[in-house]
Amino acid sequence: MSEEKKVVRKKIQATDQMNKIMSDYFYGLNEAATTGSKKVAWCTSVGPAELLRAMGFAVHFPENHAAMLGATRLSNEMIPVANAIGYSPDICSYLTADIGAYLKGMTPLSKAYPGIESVPKPDVLVYNTNQCRDVQDWLAWYSEKLGVPMIGIASPKNVNEVTDSHIDDVASQIQALVPTLEAITGEKLDLERLRETVSLSRQCTELWKDVLETATASPAPITFFDSTIHMGPAVVLRGTQEAIDYYRVLLAELKERVANGVGAVEGESLRIYWEGMPVWGRLRQHSEMFAELKAAVLASTYCSSWIFPAFDPGDPFRSMAKAYLELFIVRADAYKGEYIKEMLAKFRIDGIIYHDAKTCPYNSNNRYGMPQRLERETGIPALVISGDLNDLRCVSDEQTKTNVEAFIEQLEEGK
Amino acid sequence: MGASRTKVAVIDPSGRLLGHAVKKSGIDFSVTAAACLDAALEMAGASREDIVRAVSTGYGRGNVAFVTEKSKTEIGCLAKGCYHYFPEAITVIDIGGQDNKIINLDAAGRRSSFKMNRKCAAGTGAFLEEMASRLDISLEEMNGLARQSQEMIKLGSYCTVFSATEVLESIRNGKRVPDIVKGLFYSVIKRVLEMDILSGQVVMTGGVVACNPYIVEMAEEMIGRPVLLPELPQLAGAVGAALYALDDKPETA
Ligand code: SF4
Repeated sequence: MSEEKKVVRKKIQATDQMNKIMSDYFYGLNEAATTGSKKVAWCTSVGPAELLRAMGFAVHFPENHAAMLGATRLSNEMIPVANAIGYSPDICSYLTADIGAYLKGMTPLSKAYPGIESVPKPDVLVYNTNQCRDVQDWLAWYSEKLGVPMIGIASPKNVNEVTDSHIDDVASQIQALVPTLEAITGEKLDLERLRETVSLSRQCTELWKDVLETATASPAPITFFDSTIHMGPAVVLRGTQEAIDYYRVLLAELKERVANGVGAVEGESLRIYWEGMPVWGRLRQHSEMFAELKAAVLASTYCSSWIFPAFDPGDPFRSMAKAYLELFIVRADAYKGEYIKEMLAKFRIDGIIYHDAKTCPYNSNNRYGMPQRLERETGIPALVISGDLNDLRCVSDEQTKTNVEAFIEQLEEGK
Repeated sequence: MGASRTKVAVIDPSGRLLGHAVKKSGIDFSVTAAACLDAALEMAGASREDIVRAVSTGYGRGNVAFVTEKSKTEIGCLAKGCYHYFPEAITVIDIGGQDNKIINLDAAGRRSSFKMNRKCAAGTGAFLEEMASRLDISLEEMNGLARQSQEMIKLGSYCTVFSATEVLESIRNGKRVPDIVKGLFYSVIKRVLEMDILSGQVVMTGGVVACNPYIVEMAEEMIGRPVLLPELPQLAGAVGAALYALDDKPETA
């Protein structure tokens, strides 16, 4: 359309390095699975990845794979396949996209990483229901299909304050996984190695926090849309030195941007908080749409969810339990409200957008009066947009555009 | 340029409405826009050369480059148009062909919040169009029929497809068409009222409101207070766009 000016999105130079370590990671996984050099564990995003890594597993994260299906928009053809075998269009579209892809025998990994033919075949499936029940149902399907054992943690949910009894519960559940995992690897757990892994995870998440907090600067050097990509290593490589090395490089670049007053959005005039998941198939469009409106979407709950201050190598099991429990998604609305309010203040936010993702109630925090409550308490205007993480059948680009533009007009008029 | 209807408002520097036109948007937005523009200009006794500035709005706001590159959202334009007629704290309820909006304005005319309907057609003109075809009546007849109702038949569902089934069931059970139509109107208002709280003096706009005055009467009864209507409820957004054009400082002389 003629009215649309082209926005040049400034490339983050560190991206190349990230692509390299992500590529190494996927090829490494593939090698483990095809040669048997390492056992392969599938793990939910905030499952006990530290334990698995310390025990020598190569770890695959189905949610990361599903997000790739979303970002490449392959999910459009995969989701209906899972719907047809009884997995409803109303449930997690990560699950339906991923299972659909498996049934169709396709993976975005093949295109991105030539030579990889399929997702790595698992030796064990490990879940943590701290985020939702869907992850368990998801891995259960593979367990049955592939005849692979599934183990996991049934987590407390809607926790306001994380207490010792919650931690005891989850810590003992994590410990109870060890014998099964040892039987699979044929090796005893090395506690020292676990401590090291927990320590590496801690460092990784601290650096990731520093990366995200560079966006407290005006103009912000990084947007939410960039962060959803750059959090890749924090998700799939936590507990490794590679992730730490990467975030040091990224952080230095962002700090340099801040020092030079370089913003990710040219002429940043409004600062927006994103609550909820990204619409993976629309990352680019959304990034450009906001940039054209000179609105920087610069902070989010979603990307900040991979910050785990609790990790403590001195007390690996309990600190892992605490980290997995302190996660935003595990918490009650009272805690969530306070958390978001702190974020709005810290990042000096002008407006907050809630993404009501049709298939993920757990990440759609607009459904119990939160926007209205926080708007009353902070005076910061809120907008809810309807969409989905992976199922583009639930996304109306025109409605999103009109809503966002009208919201930006409202914020500008109110300034 | 609405998804369903295109409206043009021509105003003079004092904000007085000189000409206006409404047409079905159809499938070629630019052609419709041009025809609608010319009709409104003719009514104003003017021609395209007389246009000082213009602002587009609505679903097809990007399709009218031949007259303007400036656009505002329909939310902004409805707010501006309604505040022009009623300069006080108002809540605008717009029921259009394709979507609904509730916009809250403070006493200074600033938007404090807005809501658009979600994905489905519930509560929109599209819903009424679908149901009219099920009932084999024209859209124009609906208002008169609803008025004749003696015993309204309420629909239970908010899904258009489910509602259609309910309507068919009512027909099968020999219910009277006026009672069904009133029930449809009731459902439209209900859907809109579920969207947000009405904080200010209520103003209603949009094509569905313009064509069905009885909906306004029903809404007044349902919310228990009077509803204000701009002179031409379907034109409120177009007038707002014209007022934005009036506000615009010319960038290059
Ligand atoms: S949290 Fe939501 S998106 Fe993530 S796995 Fe669970 S249902 Fe799916």
